[in-house]
Amino acid sequence: MRPMTGSSHDQRPKALIITAPGINCDGELSLAFQEAGASPTSVLLTELIERPAIVDDFALIGLPGGFSYGDDGGAGRVLAQLIRKGLYGALAAAIERGVPMIAPCNGFQIAVQAGLLPGPGNGENWPEVPARPTVALAPNESGRFRDDWTGIEIQPSSRCIWTSGIESSDRAVMVLPSAHGEGRFVAGPDVLSDLENSGRIALRYTARDHFNGSHDRVAGICDASGLVFGLMPHPERYTRWSQHPTWTRLDPSVRSGDTPGLMMFKNAVRHALAAVS
Amino acid sequence: MSTATAVSSPMTATVHRIEIHRRPEAGDPAADALRRDAAGLPDALVPSSVACAAVYLLEGRLSDTELLRIAEELLADPVMQSPVIGAAAPEPNQVVIEVHPLPGVMDPAAASIATAIAALVGEDRASGIVVRTGRRYTFGGIDADAGRELATRLLANPVIHAIHTEPYQPDSFPVGHHRPFEVRDVPLRDLDAPALERLSREAHLFLSLDEMLAIQSHYRALEREPREIELETLAQTWSEHCVHKTLKATIDYHEPEDLSDRGAVSIRESVEGRPGHSLGADGRVRIDNLLKSTVAAATHRLMAEGLDDWCLSVFVDNAGIVGFDEDTAVCMKVETHNHPSAIEPYGGAATGIGGCIRDIMGTGLAAKPIAATDVFCVGTDAPSAVPNGCLHPHRILGEVVGGVRDYGNRMGIPTVNGGVWFDDRYIGNPLVYCGCVGVMPRTAIEGDAVPGDRIIAMGGRTGRDGIHGATFSSAELTDTHADEFSHAVQIGNAITEKVTLDAVLAARDHVDGCLFTAITDCGAGGFSSAVGEMGEKIGADVQLDQAPLKYDGLTPVEVWISEAQERMVLAVPAEKVSEIASICESHGVEWCDLGTFGTPDRELILHWDEVEVGRIGMEFLHDGVPMPVREAVWDPEWARQEAGGEDVGVEPRPKVVDTAGLFDAAASLLGHPNLASKAWIVRQYDHEVQGGSVVKPFVGPNAGPGDAAVVRPVPTSPKGLAIGNGLATGLARDPYEMGLAAIDECVRNMVCVGADPSQIAILDNFCWPGCDDPRNLGSLVRAAEACLDGGLAYGTPFISGKDSLNNQFTTDQGRTIRIPPTLLISGMGIVEDESLATTMDAKRSGNHLLLIGETTDRLGGSHFVRVGGDLSAGRDELPTVDLERGPRTAGAVHAAIKQGLVRSAHDASEGGVLVAAIEMAFAGGLGVEVRLGMIPVGCEDVSDVARAFAEDPCRYLLEVKDSDLGEIAEIFDGIPHAVIGRFTEAGPKGGEVLVSGDDLGESSESTDRFRDAWEKGCDR
Repeated sequence: MRPMTGSSHDQRPKALIITAPGINCDGELSLAFQEAGASPTSVLLTELIERPAIVDDFALIGLPGGFSYGDDGGAGRVLAQLIRKGLYGALAAAIERGVPMIAPCNGFQIAVQAGLLPGPGNGENWPEVPARPTVALAPNESGRFRDDWTGIEIQPSSRCIWTSGIESSDRAVMVLPSAHGEGRFVAGPDVLSDLENSGRIALRYTARDHFNGSHDRVAGICDASGLVFGLMPHPERYTRWSQHPTWTRLDPSVRSGDTPGLMMFKNAVRHALAAVS
Repeated sequence: MSTATAVSSPMTATVHRIEIHRRPEAGDPAADALRRDAAGLPDALVPSSVACAAVYLLEGRLSDTELLRIAEELLADPVMQSPVIGAAAPEPNQVVIEVHPLPGVMDPAAASIATAIAALVGEDRASGIVVRTGRRYTFGGIDADAGRELATRLLANPVIHAIHTEPYQPDSFPVGHHRPFEVRDVPLRDLDAPALERLSREAHLFLSLDEMLAIQSHYRALEREPREIELETLAQTWSEHCVHKTLKATIDYHEPEDLSDRGAVSIRESVEGRPGHSLGADGRVRIDNLLKSTVAAATHRLMAEGLDDWCLSVFVDNAGIVGFDEDTAVCMKVETHNHPSAIEPYGGAATGIGGCIRDIMGTGLAAKPIAATDVFCVGTDAPSAVPNGCLHPHRILGEVVGGVRDYGNRMGIPTVNGGVWFDDRYIGNPLVYCGCVGVMPRTAIEGDAVPGDRIIAMGGRTGRDGIHGATFSSAELTDTHADEFSHAVQIGNAITEKVTLDAVLAARDHVDGCLFTAITDCGAGGFSSAVGEMGEKIGADVQLDQAPLKYDGLTPVEVWISEAQERMVLAVPAEKVSEIASICESHGVEWCDLGTFGTPDRELILHWDEVEVGRIGMEFLHDGVPMPVREAVWDPEWARQEAGGEDVGVEPRPKVVDTAGLFDAAASLLGHPNLASKAWIVRQYDHEVQGGSVVKPFVGPNAGPGDAAVVRPVPTSPKGLAIGNGLATGLARDPYEMGLAAIDECVRNMVCVGADPSQIAILDNFCWPGCDDPRNLGSLVRAAEACLDGGLAYGTPFISGKDSLNNQFTTDQGRTIRIPPTLLISGMGIVEDESLATTMDAKRSGNHLLLIGETTDRLGGSHFVRVGGDLSAGRDELPTVDLERGPRTAGAVHAAIKQGLVRSAHDASEGGVLVAAIEMAFAGGLGVEVRLGMIPVGCEDVSDVARAFAEDPCRYLLEVKDSDLGEIAEIFDGIPHAVIGRFTEAGPKGGEVLVSGDDLGESSESTDRFRDAWEKGCDR
């Protein structure tokens, strides 16, 4: 097996951060991986398409948010096309190898159009040709971009390895920041119930904070293996307590452990370490 | 669903057309928004149905199959959208209105869609394909004329858009044609004065007669005529926008002899101690270089007194730089983009923020932008009339916000702080301030081009856009400017700037060290300013034909002065050019080699192919501008009259006789658009991207108005940076008091969130009406003197600034609408550790509400007056800043925060103490009791109304635990302060505001009433 950790001395799993023109959340995504114990490296998509084998060196993958190619033609549309054409195979192979992948915000929009989410059914292989999208992230119901924190519900029945075991008795803690104009999760009823039944709905907005009009309040989904996690919120912007919108009034006992955002990355890093050893 | 077939099937035409319609189940939010916007229009313009579609025009040879694949697999999302090749036929009662960019107008989507097409059908097949995008609206129930009118009002701007009343499908796209160039002389050696002035105006040079005469005598000495390109270079470099010739001029300032008797600060009487000021025999004050003698003098004196280690670069670079920690520095710049935003608000604001971000990228050896700010001054939503040639202020604000949103969000730079000030005198000339903060290694704070360095341009291509922006921004607006200066408008492409930023930072942080010796951005004046500035001391030889162009046919002059966006100029040692090239290539950034820095005689030499097209000595270019002595007159009566802007439709309020009247006034104040929540704006900005936020624009469980933002410049370090601003245009009747109040407010805002007042750096942005009028210049002088006095008193060095001095609009009736003098003070302050960060939301019931500072009955310029309040409750005088106590108070508040004694802090400014206390309560979901009688006052007989609503500066509201009151009293010993109330538990129906006063009695009101007024007052 290829070395998927930094070096012989550095036992941190290596995280690949895919960047491209207009990707702009690569900084905080790298930092989140780093804080969770991984060693992140940003690589330009063009370089990856030229040498897809680069992907094999990594134990974790992040597809960050931003406005890839200006979101021209639709959010994530152009970058998804480039991935379908030149990187889908390498990414699908990595997932089959057990590599966790996170795709927040624009990453989520890209992933659903690149055939990476919701992915093949349980027990099925990843198809050679990327599947046509079956879900979409439509413009917010308000027609407006919105930056806000929302209450979230982690779906306990989900297969998602990123969200597994994350809970808190304090509702003020179970929140995530969102910042998007096209985050309304749209899927036909059959697709939705299939996702629900196969444990692929990982995250929902609370009813109170459901600002973008997503079907069934879906905020994030995973593939059948639970490795690929796409979501509109940004857990990478909630890895320290001082990012919380009302942290100055949270009780110190509440903000002592890891934030839910950091827990997600730690889950993935643990998974990657287990896969290597 | 299969792809619908078109009414016109253009498969063989050179330009193919694809429409992308929304599937009904996916909703059509754009149409919903349009319906909302149209609701306010005359009935004849309101459509019964609206459907929006995207239109793609593809020029190239594509087979039917390829076109179908592009439509179905790329352009249409199978879940939400369905494509139509050609144009869907409207129903009989429908009309199709389309909006397309005019030829030559930047279409940012074109390149990225072409990239995706290449991925889909293959590079070979896609080569040569040109993409243009447009929007289709299908309206029911209105005819084509009404549709066109609707589009003109809401959807299109004739400056950049064409409106079509049927599906648009040209036979081909217009292309530029190569033109043989010629070197044109402009004969002026023999012109008389009127002819010189005419030439200046007709060629859009906007040079004064003195300047034209200086140029004339220079060329007479050279015994030749200037070439067109030389004249243009001089006009750009000598423009007010670039050279600040008013602020740097020698000024003779006159003021009334009895000024101090009238209670105003006299400059004449305080001339001693003002550097560069001298008293003339006739009582006039001569000021030698106003900027240097006021704003910059404050900084240099503070540096001499000990801040020189902290101020790393002031007034010399694109942004001012101060130290942050041992290894890093932070820099800040605030720009205005007023005139372009008046004509095309979306593009004007977008390129405003884009240009300010480039200033940060071009500071030292490049800084990384980490935060943006925006302050807008616009007309109210209901002006009495909108003059011809002006857009409605409601639309201006909406589009300005859209421009900042789309550019800032795409760049991935959080817009964290700002404000909006409404006044109808901004109707023809809105102000758009855009700021940007950057972080850089301390090793990168300085750069200088070295002779022999290559002139490398990176980023966007050069087109005909933005020509004459620098001279245009230095002129006064009139009703015909939209037609005359449409070419000065620029459309930004944030993604081009983002990749350029990525490439610049990669070059700066290269493993072998920084690959360039200097960098600057192409802003106003384009290459002419950028290369001219970088080569000022060594000269430059430029090959203009090397610049990559958007289209053929640009003349050398156009290439040289184009203000096409997203371009940076770097000085690169020849041996490092190939490394720069490879970085650019991997980031998809275009670059070119424009020539060499350094010439034997320190000249600017311009070539096109092998031909010399221009040659100017750097000395004449940079030091040749004549600086005549300017007259400034301070006329308090005139200024008072000018400042008396009245809000349309504001009824005088009845005299407040009881607490019910007090509550009514408080609710009106919270609902005044200057004070009310700007959530609809702030939430459209990604204010958290980069993950550095510590204090966000809204704080507390109910999202109250935070005083300033705090971010982490170094993500892994808990040290913070506060970013805030102060603007006190209400006090414009004496710009001296206005300036001090703005500085004080900026400091207070940052101190409230935890900044150390001894480590605050500030910036000045003057936006003034025409300063050729000595009275306006007189008012400018007073504001500048406030910067000197305020900067020194608060120990806050100015590190950068900018001015825009011709902000007035002349209507087609010949009436001139002058903006009120507007001085924005922006600042950044060090927050030693994020644990010091404090927010304004009240934290716990039972805690005391402490007011620091004195309140008076001076209601002049207050918002209470602007909402129709009765002035007899106080005096019609301006509140003043105490330059000794103000800074001391700021220091004491910081000491209290540092000792952990402050649970929440809020500055009492717009609206006064009661309004600020209510904000704290509802932000924290609590109630509050306010005892007006307990408020420390600065004069006798201060009414309850004045206690509640006066806007005296230097005041803070603090929430303090009972057990901490003793320590607090020690800290504020010698500073007026008092417990004026406490926070109370919210019941099931929310909190209550209880107010008692000596004159007005006592009663209470639900906090929800006030929160509601605040949330809805400015909402959209």
